[in-house]
Amino acid sequence: MWTFFHKLASPKHFYRISGKLIPWLGAITALLFVSGLYFGLFKAPPDYQQGESYRIMFVHVPAAWMSMFIYTFMAVLYAIHLIWNIKLADVMASSSAAMGASFTFLALVTGSLWGKPMWGTWWVWDARLTSELILLFLYLGYIALVSAIEDKRTAARAGGLLILVGVVNIPIIHYSVEWWNTLHQGPTVTKLDKPSIHPSMLLPLLLMALAFQCYYFTLVLVRARTELLERERRSAWIKELFG
Amino acid sequence: MNGLAPAFFAILRRDLMLAFRHRGELANPLLFFLIIVTLYPLGVSPDPELLRKIAPGVIWIAALLAALFSLENLFRGDFDDGSLEQMLLSPQPLSVLVVAKVLAHWLVSGLPMLLLAPLLALLLDMPSKAAWALETTLAIGTPLLSLIGAIGVALTVGLKRGGILLTLLILPLYIPVLIFATNAVAAAGAGMPVEGQLYFLAALLVLALTLAPVAIAAALRISMS
Repeated sequence: MWTFFHKLASPKHFYRISGKLIPWLGAITALLFVSGLYFGLFKAPPDYQQGESYRIMFVHVPAAWMSMFIYTFMAVLYAIHLIWNIKLADVMASSSAAMGASFTFLALVTGSLWGKPMWGTWWVWDARLTSELILLFLYLGYIALVSAIEDKRTAARAGGLLILVGVVNIPIIHYSVEWWNTLHQGPTVTKLDKPSIHPSMLLPLLLMALAFQCYYFTLVLVRARTELLERERRSAWIKELFG
Repeated sequence: MNGLAPAFFAILRRDLMLAFRHRGELANPLLFFLIIVTLYPLGVSPDPELLRKIAPGVIWIAALLAALFSLENLFRGDFDDGSLEQMLLSPQPLSVLVVAKVLAHWLVSGLPMLLLAPLLALLLDMPSKAAWALETTLAIGTPLLSLIGAIGVALTVGLKRGGILLTLLILPLYIPVLIFATNAVAAAGAGMPVEGQLYFLAALLVLALTLAPVAIAAALRISMS
Protein backbone atom coordinates (compact mmCIF):
# COMPACT_ATOMS: atom_id res chain seq x y z
CA MET A 1 0.00 0.00 0.00
CA TRP A 2 2.65 2.52 1.10
CA THR A 3 5.01 1.56 -1.66
CA PHE A 4 2.18 2.28 -4.09
CA PHE A 5 1.87 5.80 -2.73
CA HIS A 6 5.61 6.28 -2.77
CA LYS A 7 5.70 5.19 -6.37
CA LEU A 8 2.76 7.42 -7.23
CA ALA A 9 4.55 10.41 -5.75
CA SER A 10 7.49 10.01 -8.11
CA PRO A 11 6.88 11.84 -11.38
CA LYS A 12 7.99 8.94 -13.52
CA HIS A 13 5.56 6.44 -12.06
CA PHE A 14 2.82 9.01 -11.83
CA TYR A 15 3.22 9.65 -15.54
CA ARG A 16 2.95 5.94 -16.33
CA ILE A 17 0.05 5.16 -14.00
CA SER A 18 -1.98 8.25 -14.93
CA GLY A 19 -1.51 7.41 -18.61
CA LYS A 20 -3.23 4.09 -18.01
CA LEU A 21 -5.92 5.61 -15.78
CA ILE A 22 -7.04 8.47 -18.02
CA PRO A 23 -8.90 6.45 -20.71
CA TRP A 24 -10.79 4.51 -18.02
CA LEU A 25 -11.66 7.63 -16.07
CA GLY A 26 -12.76 9.33 -19.28
CA ALA A 27 -15.05 6.43 -20.17
CA ILE A 28 -16.58 6.39 -16.68
CA THR A 29 -17.12 10.15 -16.90
CA ALA A 30 -18.95 9.83 -20.22
CA LEU A 31 -21.10 7.00 -18.88
CA LEU A 32 -22.01 8.93 -15.74
CA PHE A 33 -22.84 12.06 -17.72
CA VAL A 34 -25.11 10.19 -20.12
CA SER A 35 -26.97 8.34 -17.39
CA GLY A 36 -27.14 11.36 -15.11
CA LEU A 37 -28.51 13.60 -17.86
CA TYR A 38 -30.95 10.90 -18.97
CA PHE A 39 -32.39 10.39 -15.49
CA GLY A 40 -32.25 14.09 -14.76
CA LEU A 41 -33.80 15.45 -17.94
CA PHE A 42 -36.20 12.66 -18.94
CA LYS A 43 -36.95 10.45 -15.95
CA ALA A 44 -37.15 12.81 -12.99
CA PRO A 45 -40.64 14.27 -12.50
CA PRO A 46 -41.17 18.02 -12.71
CA ASP A 47 -41.10 19.79 -9.36
CA TYR A 48 -44.50 20.57 -7.80
CA GLN A 49 -43.44 24.15 -7.18
CA GLN A 50 -40.76 25.03 -9.68
CA GLY A 51 -41.97 23.02 -12.69
CA GLU A 52 -39.27 22.13 -15.18
CA SER A 53 -36.75 24.84 -14.40
CA TYR A 54 -35.52 23.12 -11.25
CA ARG A 55 -33.61 20.76 -13.57
CA ILE A 56 -30.82 23.31 -13.81
CA MET A 57 -29.82 22.13 -10.34
CA PHE A 58 -28.41 18.96 -11.90
CA VAL A 59 -25.63 21.16 -13.23
CA HIS A 60 -25.72 23.93 -10.65
CA VAL A 61 -25.41 21.87 -7.47
CA PRO A 62 -22.56 19.61 -8.60
CA ALA A 63 -20.70 22.63 -9.95
CA ALA A 64 -21.04 24.41 -6.60
CA TRP A 65 -19.89 21.28 -4.76
CA MET A 66 -16.91 20.95 -7.07
CA SER A 67 -15.95 24.59 -6.61
CA MET A 68 -15.58 24.01 -2.88
CA PHE A 69 -14.12 20.53 -3.21
CA ILE A 70 -11.33 21.68 -5.52
CA TYR A 71 -10.34 24.53 -3.22
CA THR A 72 -10.15 22.21 -0.23
CA PHE A 73 -8.35 19.58 -2.30
CA MET A 74 -5.80 22.17 -3.40
CA ALA A 75 -5.25 23.18 0.22
CA VAL A 76 -4.71 19.53 1.20
CA LEU A 77 -2.28 19.06 -1.69
CA TYR A 78 -0.35 22.15 -0.69
CA ALA A 79 -0.25 21.01 2.93
CA ILE A 80 1.21 17.71 1.67
CA HIS A 81 3.68 19.63 -0.43
CA LEU A 82 4.65 21.79 2.54
CA ILE A 83 5.10 18.89 4.95
CA TRP A 84 6.66 16.17 2.80
CA ASN A 85 7.94 18.29 -0.05
CA ILE A 86 6.34 16.13 -2.72
CA LYS A 87 6.53 18.12 -5.91
CA LEU A 88 3.77 16.14 -7.54
CA ALA A 89 1.27 17.57 -5.03
CA ASP A 90 2.15 21.03 -6.18
CA VAL A 91 1.85 20.05 -9.85
CA MET A 92 -1.62 18.62 -9.21
CA ALA A 93 -2.72 21.67 -7.21
CA SER A 94 -1.60 24.24 -9.75
CA SER A 95 -3.29 22.23 -12.50
CA SER A 96 -6.56 22.36 -10.54
CA ALA A 97 -6.96 26.11 -10.08
CA ALA A 98 -8.31 27.01 -13.51
CA MET A 99 -10.86 24.20 -13.28
CA GLY A 100 -11.89 25.29 -9.82
CA ALA A 101 -12.45 28.81 -11.08
CA SER A 102 -14.49 27.47 -14.03
CA PHE A 103 -16.73 25.38 -11.79
CA THR A 104 -17.26 28.37 -9.52
CA PHE A 105 -18.16 30.50 -12.51
CA LEU A 106 -20.49 27.80 -13.82
CA ALA A 107 -22.24 27.57 -10.44
CA LEU A 108 -22.71 31.34 -10.39
CA VAL A 109 -24.02 31.53 -13.95
CA THR A 110 -26.42 28.60 -13.64
CA GLY A 111 -27.54 29.95 -10.29
CA SER A 112 -28.40 33.31 -11.75
CA LEU A 113 -30.12 31.71 -14.77
CA TRP A 114 -32.26 29.84 -12.26
CA GLY A 115 -32.71 32.89 -10.06
CA LYS A 116 -34.28 35.03 -12.77
CA PRO A 117 -37.49 32.97 -13.19
CA MET A 118 -37.60 31.83 -9.53
CA TRP A 119 -36.61 34.84 -7.47
CA GLY A 120 -37.31 37.38 -10.22
CA THR A 121 -33.76 38.69 -10.24
CA TRP A 122 -30.40 37.72 -11.69
CA TRP A 123 -28.50 38.44 -8.54
CA VAL A 124 -29.13 39.02 -4.86
CA TRP A 125 -26.57 39.69 -2.16
CA ASP A 126 -27.47 36.52 -0.39
CA ALA A 127 -24.99 34.67 1.80
CA ARG A 128 -24.30 31.70 -0.43
CA LEU A 129 -24.11 33.68 -3.63
CA THR A 130 -21.80 36.21 -2.06
CA SER A 131 -19.47 33.64 -0.57
CA GLU A 132 -19.38 31.77 -3.88
CA LEU A 133 -18.46 35.02 -5.63
CA ILE A 134 -15.69 35.62 -3.11
CA LEU A 135 -14.47 32.08 -3.72
CA LEU A 136 -14.21 33.01 -7.39
CA PHE A 137 -12.12 36.06 -6.42
CA LEU A 138 -9.85 33.85 -4.34
CA TYR A 139 -9.31 31.53 -7.30
CA LEU A 140 -8.65 34.48 -9.61
CA GLY A 141 -6.22 35.99 -7.09
CA TYR A 142 -4.35 32.70 -6.95
CA ILE A 143 -4.22 32.42 -10.75
CA ALA A 144 -3.08 36.04 -11.09
CA LEU A 145 -0.34 35.57 -8.51
CA VAL A 146 0.92 32.33 -10.02
CA SER A 147 1.00 33.76 -13.52
CA ALA A 148 2.79 36.91 -12.32
CA ILE A 149 5.78 35.02 -10.94
CA GLU A 150 8.26 33.85 -13.56
CA ASP A 151 9.85 30.92 -11.79
CA LYS A 152 7.40 28.01 -11.69
CA ARG A 153 8.52 26.59 -8.39
CA THR A 154 8.42 29.91 -6.59
CA ALA A 155 5.05 30.59 -8.17
CA ALA A 156 3.66 27.30 -6.92
CA ARG A 157 4.92 27.87 -3.40
CA ALA A 158 3.60 31.42 -3.25
CA GLY A 159 0.27 30.25 -4.61
CA GLY A 160 0.21 27.43 -2.09
CA LEU A 161 0.64 29.85 0.76
CA LEU A 162 -2.17 32.00 -0.59
CA ILE A 163 -4.46 28.97 -0.86
CA LEU A 164 -3.66 27.94 2.70
CA VAL A 165 -4.36 31.45 3.98
CA GLY A 166 -7.58 31.44 1.96
CA VAL A 167 -8.70 28.12 3.36
CA VAL A 168 -8.53 29.55 6.88
CA ASN A 169 -10.62 32.40 5.61
CA ILE A 170 -13.29 30.36 3.82
CA PRO A 171 -15.31 29.25 6.85
CA ILE A 172 -15.02 32.79 8.24
CA ILE A 173 -16.31 34.28 4.99
CA HIS A 174 -19.00 31.65 4.79
CA TYR A 175 -20.40 32.31 8.26
CA SER A 176 -19.89 36.06 8.19
CA VAL A 177 -21.98 36.45 5.05
CA GLU A 178 -24.46 33.91 6.38
CA TRP A 179 -25.13 36.00 9.47
CA TRP A 180 -25.08 39.15 7.45
CA ASN A 181 -27.80 38.30 4.94
CA THR A 182 -29.47 35.16 3.71
CA LEU A 183 -32.16 34.11 1.25
CA HIS A 184 -30.83 30.94 -0.32
CA GLN A 185 -32.66 27.73 0.54
CA GLY A 186 -31.12 25.58 3.24
CA PRO A 187 -29.27 22.35 2.50
CA THR A 188 -31.51 19.55 1.25
CA VAL A 189 -29.01 16.77 0.59
CA THR A 190 -26.05 17.20 2.90
CA LYS A 191 -27.85 17.29 6.21
CA LEU A 192 -27.48 14.54 8.72
CA ASP A 193 -30.96 13.05 8.80
CA LYS A 194 -32.90 11.83 5.77
CA PRO A 195 -32.45 14.00 2.67
CA SER A 196 -35.60 16.02 2.01
CA ILE A 197 -35.47 15.35 -1.70
CA HIS A 198 -37.29 12.58 -3.52
CA PRO A 199 -35.13 9.61 -4.61
CA SER A 200 -36.13 10.11 -8.28
CA MET A 201 -34.45 13.53 -8.14
CA LEU A 202 -31.67 12.55 -5.77
CA LEU A 203 -30.41 9.74 -8.02
CA PRO A 204 -29.65 11.92 -11.06
CA LEU A 205 -28.19 14.59 -8.80
CA LEU A 206 -25.74 12.14 -7.29
CA LEU A 207 -24.96 10.68 -10.71
CA MET A 208 -24.19 14.15 -11.99
CA ALA A 209 -22.09 14.92 -8.93
CA LEU A 210 -20.06 11.78 -9.56
CA ALA A 211 -19.80 12.66 -13.24
CA PHE A 212 -18.41 16.09 -12.38
CA GLN A 213 -15.97 14.55 -9.95
CA CYS A 214 -14.69 12.03 -12.51
CA TYR A 215 -14.55 14.74 -15.16
CA TYR A 216 -12.38 16.82 -12.87
CA PHE A 217 -10.03 13.96 -12.06
CA THR A 218 -9.70 12.99 -15.72
CA LEU A 219 -8.83 16.51 -16.79
CA VAL A 220 -6.59 17.27 -13.85
CA LEU A 221 -4.52 14.19 -14.61
CA VAL A 222 -4.18 15.26 -18.23
CA ARG A 223 -3.16 18.75 -17.17
CA ALA A 224 -0.77 17.49 -14.53
CA ARG A 225 0.95 15.25 -17.10
CA THR A 226 1.45 18.18 -19.43
CA GLU A 227 2.71 20.33 -16.58
CA LEU A 228 5.06 17.57 -15.51
CA LEU A 229 6.51 17.18 -19.00
CA GLU A 230 7.22 20.89 -19.10
CA ARG A 231 8.77 21.11 -15.66
CA GLU A 232 10.84 17.96 -15.90
CA ARG A 233 11.86 18.33 -19.50
CA ARG A 234 15.52 18.00 -18.60
CA SER A 235 15.21 14.89 -16.48
CA ALA A 236 16.42 11.47 -17.50
CA TRP A 237 13.11 9.64 -17.51
CA ILE A 238 11.58 12.00 -20.04
CA LYS A 239 14.56 11.65 -22.34
CA GLU A 240 14.17 7.93 -22.01
CA LEU A 241 10.46 8.13 -22.86
CA PHE A 242 10.78 10.31 -25.91
CA GLY A 243 14.21 9.28 -27.05
CA MET B 1 15.58 34.10 23.76
CA ASN B 2 18.64 36.21 23.90
CA GLY B 3 18.59 39.32 21.79
CA LEU B 4 15.07 38.85 20.51
CA ALA B 5 13.58 41.84 22.29
CA PRO B 6 16.42 44.20 21.26
CA ALA B 7 16.07 43.05 17.65
CA PHE B 8 12.31 43.59 17.79
CA PHE B 9 12.62 47.10 19.19
CA ALA B 10 15.49 48.00 16.88
CA ILE B 11 13.33 47.22 13.85
CA LEU B 12 10.33 49.00 15.34
CA ARG B 13 12.42 52.09 16.11
CA ARG B 14 14.07 52.06 12.71
CA ASP B 15 10.78 51.78 10.84
CA LEU B 16 9.17 54.53 12.89
CA MET B 17 12.18 56.76 12.35
CA LEU B 18 12.13 56.10 8.61
CA ALA B 19 8.45 56.97 8.54
CA PHE B 20 8.97 60.26 10.37
CA ARG B 21 11.80 61.26 8.07
CA HIS B 22 9.30 61.04 5.18
CA ARG B 23 6.55 63.07 6.75
CA GLY B 24 4.91 63.86 3.44
CA GLU B 25 4.39 60.22 2.63
CA LEU B 26 3.06 59.69 6.11
CA ALA B 27 0.12 61.98 5.42
CA ASN B 28 -0.78 60.47 2.05
CA PRO B 29 -2.86 57.48 3.18
CA LEU B 30 -4.69 59.72 5.64
CA LEU B 31 -5.56 62.24 2.95
CA PHE B 32 -6.62 59.36 0.74
CA PHE B 33 -8.91 58.13 3.55
CA LEU B 34 -10.41 61.60 3.95
CA ILE B 35 -10.87 62.23 0.24
CA ILE B 36 -12.61 58.91 -0.46
CA VAL B 37 -15.14 59.68 2.28
CA THR B 38 -15.66 63.18 0.87
CA LEU B 39 -16.44 61.74 -2.55
CA TYR B 40 -19.53 59.93 -1.30
CA PRO B 41 -21.68 62.97 -0.43
CA LEU B 42 -20.65 64.48 -3.75
CA GLY B 43 -21.16 61.33 -5.79
CA VAL B 44 -24.14 59.68 -4.12
CA SER B 45 -26.20 62.38 -2.42
CA PRO B 46 -25.71 65.05 0.27
CA ASP B 47 -28.95 63.98 1.95
CA PRO B 48 -28.08 63.59 5.70
CA GLU B 49 -30.61 60.81 6.14
CA LEU B 50 -28.99 58.68 3.45
CA LEU B 51 -25.46 59.57 4.54
CA ARG B 52 -26.17 58.45 8.08
CA LYS B 53 -27.32 55.14 6.66
CA ILE B 54 -24.31 54.45 4.47
CA ALA B 55 -21.71 56.08 6.76
CA PRO B 56 -20.36 52.88 8.40
CA GLY B 57 -19.77 51.23 5.04
CA VAL B 58 -18.31 54.36 3.50
CA ILE B 59 -15.80 54.94 6.28
CA TRP B 60 -14.84 51.29 6.48
CA ILE B 61 -14.33 50.89 2.75
CA ALA B 62 -12.20 54.03 2.77
CA ALA B 63 -10.19 52.55 5.65
CA LEU B 64 -9.75 49.29 3.71
CA LEU B 65 -8.47 51.10 0.64
CA ALA B 66 -6.23 53.40 2.65
CA ALA B 67 -4.72 50.41 4.43
CA LEU B 68 -4.09 48.70 1.11
CA PHE B 69 -2.57 51.86 -0.30
CA SER B 70 -0.22 52.33 2.64
CA LEU B 71 0.72 48.66 2.85
CA GLU B 72 2.17 48.53 -0.62
CA ASN B 73 5.54 49.81 0.50
CA LEU B 74 5.77 47.82 3.71
CA PHE B 75 8.63 45.62 2.52
CA ARG B 76 9.57 47.44 -0.69
CA GLY B 77 12.34 49.64 0.73
CA ASP B 78 13.88 46.81 2.71
CA PHE B 79 13.72 44.59 -0.33
CA ASP B 80 15.45 47.15 -2.54
CA ASP B 81 18.31 47.97 -0.19
CA GLY B 82 18.89 44.40 0.93
CA SER B 83 18.00 44.77 4.60
CA LEU B 84 15.19 42.28 4.12
CA GLU B 85 17.77 39.69 3.19
CA GLN B 86 19.66 40.47 6.38
CA MET B 87 16.47 39.94 8.37
CA LEU B 88 16.01 36.56 6.72
CA LEU B 89 19.57 35.62 7.62
CA SER B 90 19.40 36.89 11.17
CA PRO B 91 19.39 34.32 14.00
CA GLN B 92 16.16 35.78 15.37
CA PRO B 93 12.90 34.22 14.19
CA LEU B 94 11.64 36.08 11.14
CA SER B 95 8.01 35.79 12.25
CA VAL B 96 8.76 37.97 15.28
CA LEU B 97 10.73 40.50 13.28
CA VAL B 98 7.87 40.97 10.81
CA VAL B 99 5.51 41.66 13.72
CA ALA B 100 7.75 44.64 14.56
CA LYS B 101 7.42 45.88 11.00
CA VAL B 102 3.65 45.39 10.96
CA LEU B 103 3.33 47.11 14.33
CA ALA B 104 5.34 50.07 13.05
CA HIS B 105 3.11 50.20 9.99
CA TRP B 106 -0.01 50.19 12.13
CA LEU B 107 1.34 52.94 14.37
CA VAL B 108 1.91 55.25 11.42
CA SER B 109 -1.18 54.38 9.34
CA GLY B 110 -3.84 52.64 11.45
CA LEU B 111 -3.57 54.79 14.53
CA PRO B 112 -3.90 58.13 12.68
CA MET B 113 -6.99 56.74 10.92
CA LEU B 114 -8.42 56.01 14.35
CA LEU B 115 -7.83 59.64 15.33
CA LEU B 116 -9.36 60.96 12.14
CA ALA B 117 -12.48 58.78 12.26
CA PRO B 118 -14.50 60.91 14.75
CA LEU B 119 -14.19 63.85 12.38
CA LEU B 120 -15.49 61.72 9.52
CA ALA B 121 -18.33 60.44 11.69
CA LEU B 122 -19.23 64.06 12.33
CA LEU B 123 -19.08 64.92 8.63
CA LEU B 124 -21.43 62.06 7.78
CA ASP B 125 -23.77 62.98 10.62
CA MET B 126 -23.43 59.71 12.56
CA PRO B 127 -25.14 59.44 15.96
CA SER B 128 -22.69 59.39 18.85
CA LYS B 129 -23.37 55.75 19.73
CA ALA B 130 -22.48 54.69 16.21
CA ALA B 131 -19.40 56.89 16.30
CA TRP B 132 -18.23 55.07 19.41
CA ALA B 133 -18.82 51.71 17.77
CA LEU B 134 -16.91 52.95 14.73
CA GLU B 135 -13.96 53.89 16.94
CA THR B 136 -13.99 50.48 18.63
CA THR B 137 -14.26 48.51 15.39
CA LEU B 138 -11.47 50.55 13.86
CA ALA B 139 -9.32 49.99 16.95
CA ILE B 140 -9.72 46.21 16.61
CA GLY B 141 -10.00 46.15 12.82
CA THR B 142 -7.08 48.23 11.57
CA PRO B 143 -4.38 45.98 13.12
CA LEU B 144 -6.20 43.10 11.45
CA LEU B 145 -5.99 44.89 8.11
CA SER B 146 -2.26 45.43 8.59
CA LEU B 147 -1.64 41.79 9.54
CA ILE B 148 -3.68 40.23 6.74
CA GLY B 149 -2.43 42.74 4.20
CA ALA B 150 1.20 42.09 5.09
CA ILE B 151 0.80 38.48 3.88
CA GLY B 152 -0.17 39.73 0.44
CA VAL B 153 2.57 42.33 0.41
CA ALA B 154 5.15 39.72 1.37
CA LEU B 155 3.95 37.49 -1.48
CA THR B 156 4.20 40.25 -4.08
CA VAL B 157 7.33 42.05 -2.89
CA GLY B 158 9.57 40.39 -5.47
CA LEU B 159 7.34 41.40 -8.37
CA LYS B 160 7.74 44.54 -10.45
CA ARG B 161 4.11 45.61 -10.53
CA GLY B 162 2.55 44.14 -7.44
CA GLY B 163 0.04 46.94 -6.79
CA ILE B 164 -3.02 45.76 -8.71
CA LEU B 165 -2.25 42.16 -7.90
CA LEU B 166 -2.16 43.04 -4.21
CA THR B 167 -5.70 44.39 -4.44
CA LEU B 168 -6.88 41.13 -5.96
CA LEU B 169 -5.14 39.05 -3.31
CA ILE B 170 -6.02 41.04 -0.23
CA LEU B 171 -9.48 42.53 -0.63
CA PRO B 172 -11.31 39.15 -0.63
CA LEU B 173 -9.55 38.33 2.63
CA TYR B 174 -10.67 41.65 4.12
CA ILE B 175 -14.36 40.91 3.57
CA PRO B 176 -15.11 39.31 6.97
CA VAL B 177 -13.57 42.28 8.78
CA LEU B 178 -15.66 44.65 6.68
CA ILE B 179 -18.88 42.73 7.33
CA PHE B 180 -18.51 42.39 11.09
CA ALA B 181 -17.28 45.95 11.56
CA THR B 182 -19.96 47.69 9.50
CA ASN B 183 -22.58 45.42 11.02
CA ALA B 184 -21.51 46.47 14.50
CA VAL B 185 -21.58 50.18 13.62
CA ALA B 186 -24.99 49.91 11.97
CA ALA B 187 -26.37 47.96 14.94
CA ALA B 188 -25.01 50.54 17.38
CA GLY B 189 -26.64 53.30 15.34
CA ALA B 190 -29.96 51.47 15.63
CA GLY B 191 -29.53 51.14 19.39
CA MET B 192 -28.90 47.40 19.37
CA PRO B 193 -26.18 45.50 21.28
CA VAL B 194 -22.90 45.11 19.40
CA GLU B 195 -20.92 42.80 21.68
CA GLY B 196 -21.37 39.80 19.40
CA GLN B 197 -19.76 41.45 16.39
CA LEU B 198 -17.01 42.99 18.51
CA TYR B 199 -16.14 39.62 20.02
CA PHE B 200 -15.95 38.20 16.53
CA LEU B 201 -13.59 40.93 15.41
CA ALA B 202 -11.48 40.36 18.51
CA ALA B 203 -11.40 36.62 17.79
CA LEU B 204 -10.29 37.33 14.22
CA LEU B 205 -7.56 39.60 15.58
CA VAL B 206 -6.29 36.87 17.89
CA LEU B 207 -6.34 34.38 15.02
CA ALA B 208 -4.45 36.79 12.76
CA LEU B 209 -1.94 37.62 15.50
CA THR B 210 -1.10 33.96 15.91
CA LEU B 211 -1.14 32.78 12.29
CA ALA B 212 -0.35 35.80 10.14
CA PRO B 213 3.27 36.33 11.34
CA VAL B 214 4.09 32.73 10.37
CA ALA B 215 2.44 33.19 6.98
CA ILE B 216 4.20 36.54 6.40
CA ALA B 217 7.57 35.01 7.24
CA ALA B 218 6.92 32.04 4.93
CA ALA B 219 5.79 34.37 2.15
CA LEU B 220 8.94 36.48 2.49
CA ARG B 221 11.10 33.37 2.31
CA ILE B 222 9.29 32.32 -0.87
CA SER B 223 9.60 35.77 -2.44
CA MET B 224 13.30 36.00 -1.67
CA SER B 225 14.25 32.52 -2.86
